[in-house]
Amino acid sequence: MPAADVAWMLAAFAVVLIMFPGLSLFYGGMAGTKNALNMMMMCMSTLATVSVVYVLFGHGIVVGDSIGGIIGNPSGFWGFLGIYEDPGEPMVSDPFWFAFYILFAAITVAIVASAAVGRMKFSAWLVFSLVWVTLVYLPLGHWVFGGGWMREHLDFHDYAGGTAVHMASGMGALALAFVLGPRRNTQMRPHSLPLVLVGVAMLWMGWIGFNAGTAGGANFLAQYVTLTTLLAGSTGMIGFCLVERLRDGRATTLGMCSGVIAGLVGITPAADGVDALGAMALGLAAGAVVAWACTWKTKLGIDETLDAFAVHGIGGIVGSLCVVLFGYAGSPAGIEGILFGGDWSILLAEIAAIGATCGYALVMTFVIAKVLDKLIGLRASDEDEYDGMDLSQHAETAYDAA
Amino acid sequence: MKLITAIVQPHRADEVKEALAAAGIAGLTVTEVQGYGAQKGHAEVYRGAEYQVDFRPKIRIDVVVADADLDATLDLVIAAARTGRIGDGKVWATDLVEVARVRTGERGEAAL
Repeated sequence: MPAADVAWMLAAFAVVLIMFPGLSLFYGGMAGTKNALNMMMMCMSTLATVSVVYVLFGHGIVVGDSIGGIIGNPSGFWGFLGIYEDPGEPMVSDPFWFAFYILFAAITVAIVASAAVGRMKFSAWLVFSLVWVTLVYLPLGHWVFGGGWMREHLDFHDYAGGTAVHMASGMGALALAFVLGPRRNTQMRPHSLPLVLVGVAMLWMGWIGFNAGTAGGANFLAQYVTLTTLLAGSTGMIGFCLVERLRDGRATTLGMCSGVIAGLVGITPAADGVDALGAMALGLAAGAVVAWACTWKTKLGIDETLDAFAVHGIGGIVGSLCVVLFGYAGSPAGIEGILFGGDWSILLAEIAAIGATCGYALVMTFVIAKVLDKLIGLRASDEDEYDGMDLSQHAETAYDAA
Repeated sequence: MKLITAIVQPHRADEVKEALAAAGIAGLTVTEVQGYGAQKGHAEVYRGAEYQVDFRPKIRIDVVVADADLDATLDLVIAAARTGRIGDGKVWATDLVEVARVRTGERGEAAL
């Protein structure tokens, strides 16, 4: 029933769009009182920069005719010209898909913004986001979603963007934070956990649109991934809070919220490949490993402030590994997990995909950040940083007393 | 006349106010303040990283009394604010040169 497909996909689109204010609240609440607005501006501005890139040449690089498996033809869909023929019957058509892909690309860039909290010039962020989406996300998107070499030559599994969205943004955040250097004041603690929690609730809602929208219509797959997406977020909470209780003595609000996102990140590549028990095990593993991984940045000496590397990078890797370990043969993806007698070759393909994605995003982001730092300077002045980015970058403050 | 300034635990502020009102003290001023004493600050843990919070929230109560009422008022405040644990706060008194009631222009103890 194609009309139902159109109805569901339009609804999914609206729900996914809610992820942008959701992410803004999630990160804004974790930022200090003097950097909350700047954090939200960086998140929301990705819709502006990425939309422009996508309409001009972005969509072509992802799904255009492949040039050697590396990128699609950038001029393939220039200006989104010639996609407006009405098929004459209700069906999910090009104008919708093009808009839907923009959201996936923009949310990926928005996650990277978390690494820049409190110290990056807003103008530099806008330039960085244009360059990053072009040189990191779009080629990766071609490899994973388009006709690129990973999809053609690697038999790996990624349902809705564990590689190109989550691993890429996690590694990108780590490299950007490394080039930016630490904040002057790393003792700025999350200023509003209620905002964080509201943001996470909106993200969870958006994630249902993200995963069930990737099903492409009002079908069984959409319902299947709705179940696995719910369960992984739920047990992600348990995994994260359990580690906190054992390590720090208390389960925390921020831990619960982070656990939900860790579970959701983990299920993104695996939502169509695990059953209910598998989704719960995956969420638990993602939540627990991410809780541990949040402490790695201190050992690395990198002020990767809001832990996108742990939550999205490591969370995405855990999810990808879980689907090859305990995939369910009766699932829509039909993956037989290695623990249930599946073939070891899928593990190797998965590891190759993880390695290629993470390695490319890490190195390319480092190069972009270094070059832009030389050309335009990424960091705000010490004085601006001390005054807070809300005041110095936007001449505003979020709170009277800030 | 004396200015009595009390820094007390926020959850004891109501008791102090009621004790002062019962003793006939006609007015006082309350401020939310932050600081530390022997109690020091506390640590908060976010995603496994420890953050040191140096200042604790306290309530500051300012009240002006006649010289003769000083000791009795200090005793009242101490009794009402005390829990017996570290962090109960401090009370101190300072000499006042003059007090005036804005509405009538009365001066000195008549203005209290």
